[in-house]
Formats: sequence, structure tokens, C-alpha cells
Amino acid sequence: MTTIVAVADGIFEIRDGKPVLLGTRCTNCGNHMFPRQTGCPRCLFNEQEDVELATAGTLWTWTVQAFPPKAPPYLGPVGDDFTPYGVGYVELPDQLRVEGRLTVADPEQLKIGMPMELVLEPLSLDEDGNQIVTYAFAPVDNGDQS
Amino acid sequence: MSDVAIVGIGMHEFGRHDGISGMDQGVTAVRRALADCGQQWSDMEFAVGGSMDGGAADTMVSRIGLTGLPFTNVVNGCATGGTALAQAVNTIQSGAGDLGIAIGFDKHEKGAFRIKGPRGKDWYGGSGLALTTQFFGMKINRYMHQYGITQPTLAKVGAKAFRNGALNPMAWRRKPLSEEEVAESLMLSYPLTQYMFCSPGEGGVAMILCRADKAKQYTDRPIYLKAAAVRTRKFGSFEVLAPSIAIEHDPGPTSAASKAAFEMAGIGPEDVDVAQLQDTEAGAEVMHMAENGFCEHGEQEQMLANGETEINGRLPVNTDGGCLANGEPIGASGLRQVYENVLQLRGDAGERQVPNDPKVAYTHVYGAPGISGVTILSR
Repeated sequence: MTTIVAVADGIFEIRDGKPVLLGTRCTNCGNHMFPRQTGCPRCLFNEQEDVELATAGTLWTWTVQAFPPKAPPYLGPVGDDFTPYGVGYVELPDQLRVEGRLTVADPEQLKIGMPMELVLEPLSLDEDGNQIVTYAFAPVDNGDQS
Repeated sequence: MSDVAIVGIGMHEFGRHDGISGMDQGVTAVRRALADCGQQWSDMEFAVGGSMDGGAADTMVSRIGLTGLPFTNVVNGCATGGTALAQAVNTIQSGAGDLGIAIGFDKHEKGAFRIKGPRGKDWYGGSGLALTTQFFGMKINRYMHQYGITQPTLAKVGAKAFRNGALNPMAWRRKPLSEEEVAESLMLSYPLTQYMFCSPGEGGVAMILCRADKAKQYTDRPIYLKAAAVRTRKFGSFEVLAPSIAIEHDPGPTSAASKAAFEMAGIGPEDVDVAQLQDTEAGAEVMHMAENGFCEHGEQEQMLANGETEINGRLPVNTDGGCLANGEPIGASGLRQVYENVLQLRGDAGERQVPNDPKVAYTHVYGAPGISGVTILSR
């Protein structure tokens, strides 16, 4: 069985096959940051605590990446194997807006304000044959697609 | 601000120039600027120059003259040219020099900018998020949703840029394109198509500045710098290449730089006769019209429909074709805007001259990671 590995350490953890984003919360003003960092750009306080961010929110804005990014740095398929992917910011309630890939790339299916949740997205295999994954946002399945 | 004048301008054609280095293009711009005001390199008391991919600007002295002058390199993203100009102004105002030169040039590889992540831990670029084009697509998509701007308006901006570029012998893209051709070109980053985006390119610009009270020694048509302001982002602004943004809202560095510049110049947006606004893509020009104070958010839809930003309109915008027709050599781009405004204020802009004797001209650059530079010039 292929082992799944995160694209980098310290960005998200994988739990029950889903990503959990690793953020920071300022202990002075409550500002949330992602990825983790020291120093709060809002209140300039320098003590923060590690937190896990919300795993669902609403789509704040979006686009579709229709041409292959340059590789490096891109780790996903390029050339003839490239497939367009969505990119957006998802607002995690009372925390912040996080940028990420979207599992949907069809403009007809993307609407500002729609509910989204975190999922894992495969990029490529590393030299040991492990599946490299990143986090992405998927439309929340309301169970109405019978 | 105390008075500084632009007395000489020089430019190397923008575009793609195989076999000519970015630095060579900077050197050509310097020679043309010197010739424009009848000065020698040895007359320059100081120089400020910048380039992102074209090498350290100060090394050009080995070709134009080892005169021993103080030469400061600046690198400040898309505001590199604007920052070079602002530093030259500061140098003159401080009394450290009376006559100097600001230089910007560049030469980038083809295609979208390759952005590498920090320190070898590149989850961001690896995941396919390190593209400036995505930000511009997302910012205008949200803006259209909020303020009712439509896609045909974006196509109008593109068609205007190529129409103006066709009148500019220094421009890269000189073929007019119809609104349909712009709208129907390849979709790159929804809602933006290929011809709604500028491309990284090549070119060089230089300008010679002096104390305003000495300007008449060098030219009979000095152009005065009324303001030069650079600002960076504040907490809550929505910026390019940001893995996350705050829910709190700040209007961003463009609004801040614009306000500062108008305050410095002691005038308002209604006094501006011609404006060059950062048009990395068509949506940016639309949004920057409001962020710079020239209209309310959403009014652009009607302004474009009325042709108000055409060369003969109420507020001509990007009369030289902007970034869309000229491409964006990062180090030179901000100075290209100032070059165009000097031509317009001198009445030397030829076929694209703004009518009715323009007196006040405005430039605005914006770029990563959330920086903006504004200048205001007058005759």
C-alpha cells in the first residue's frame, strides 16, 4: 500500500485521512495566523500558542489555475498530464481566511459563500514511491446528490 | 515637498530583445536620458538604480564611466523603479546632491514569474499556489461579485491598452485587439484571459533629476515632482502570495500611498489630468481607479462604458498602453509610467498626446508582497 506523506512538515497533520491545519493564535489579541509564526502582525505581541484551525468554512473568493505552473517549484503533474485546479480563500469562522487548492475547477460549480471543508489532495510520488499530498478545500456534500 | 525637477528622460524599448542583456538596456536608457538634457555621465553627482533579474545596477559604471559617484542599488519588488525615484528625490532634498539619476531595467524569463518558497521548505509552490496570476484572478473575482463589475468591462480595459500601445513606438505589443479578441482569448486564471494579463518582459528607463531652482540650466521644459510616496501593506489588506489573510479589512497599500501623495502635493484626484495605474491585468486597472481615489467602487463599469479613461476622455488612464501593452520588466516598470507622464506634460506624446494641455499627471505601481508607489508630477 502506498504511504501518504505531507508536502512539508508543520503545515498540516493528517488525521483519519483528512488534513488538520496547524496555526498560531496570539495570546494577547486572539489573532489567528497560518502557517505557524512567531510575532503577531496585528498587535505586535510576541507570545503565541499553537492551535489547530477549523476544518470547514465558506468560500470567500476563487479562481481556476488553467495553465501548468512552473516546475520546480510545482510538484503536481505538468505537461500533458496537467489538469486545471481551483484555488480559493476559505473563511474559517472567527479565525482567518486560508488560501488553498479547491477540488473543483469548473466555474459553474464555484460560488462565493458556498460551504467548504478540508480534504487531502494528491500531488505526485516521491523518490521512494510515497504519495505526496497537500491540503485542499472541497464543497461540503449536503447529501442531496442522490 | 520641497521642489525637485525631472530634466532628462531616456528609455530602451520594452519587449523581447534577444542578445541584449537587461543591463545593456539600462545603459541605453542612461545614455538617452543624458542626451535628453545635454549632460555627461561625469556631471552626475549620484545614482540610484534597481533591477530584479538584470544584475546589480551599480556594475554598469564599468561601461558608462568610472567617475567615482555614489551609486545606490535598490530592490523593492514591483516598486523598484518608484523606489529608485523616491530615493533620488530624498537625496536631492537632503542636500547630498543637486543633480542625479534614477535607473531601472530588467529582463525576465518567459512565462509567469517563477516564485520560490522560503528556505527549501516549499509547500506553497509545491502545492501550486505560488503564482501571482491567481491572486489577481481572485481579487477581481471577489471585486466583481461585490461591486457589479462585469467581464465585458475587463475586455474594454484590455482593448484600450492595445489600442494605446499601437500608438507608442516604445511599446512591446503594438497590434490593436478588439474587445472580442481579448474576451475570447485563452482563459488563464478565471475571470482573466490571456490578453487581460501583462507578461514579464524587458526594458530600461532612466531619468535625471535636480533641484528645482536649477532646472532651467538643463532644460527649458522641466517637470516638477510634487509627490513621491511608497507604502507597504497593513494588517488586514488582501495581498499577492499570502497563504492566509485576516478577516479584518484594510484598504491596502495603494490607498495609503495615494492618500500620502495627494497630501504631499496639496491637491486631490479631481486635479489630475492623466494617470498611469498599475495594470498587471485588466481587473487591476479597474480596482486601482477606485483605490487611488479617482472614483467610488463600482463606478468603473459606467466610466469604461462612457470611454472616460480613453486618451481623449475625462481621465485618460494608461496612455502608453500600460503594463498590458508594454510588459513588465520589474525594475523599469514604475519609471516607464513616469517617463510617459513627462512626455504627456511636455506635450511630446505624439499620436497618443492627451488633449487640452495636461498639467498634472499621476503614476501608481503595485506589487508583491503588498507594496505601492505613487508619484504626482506637474509642469
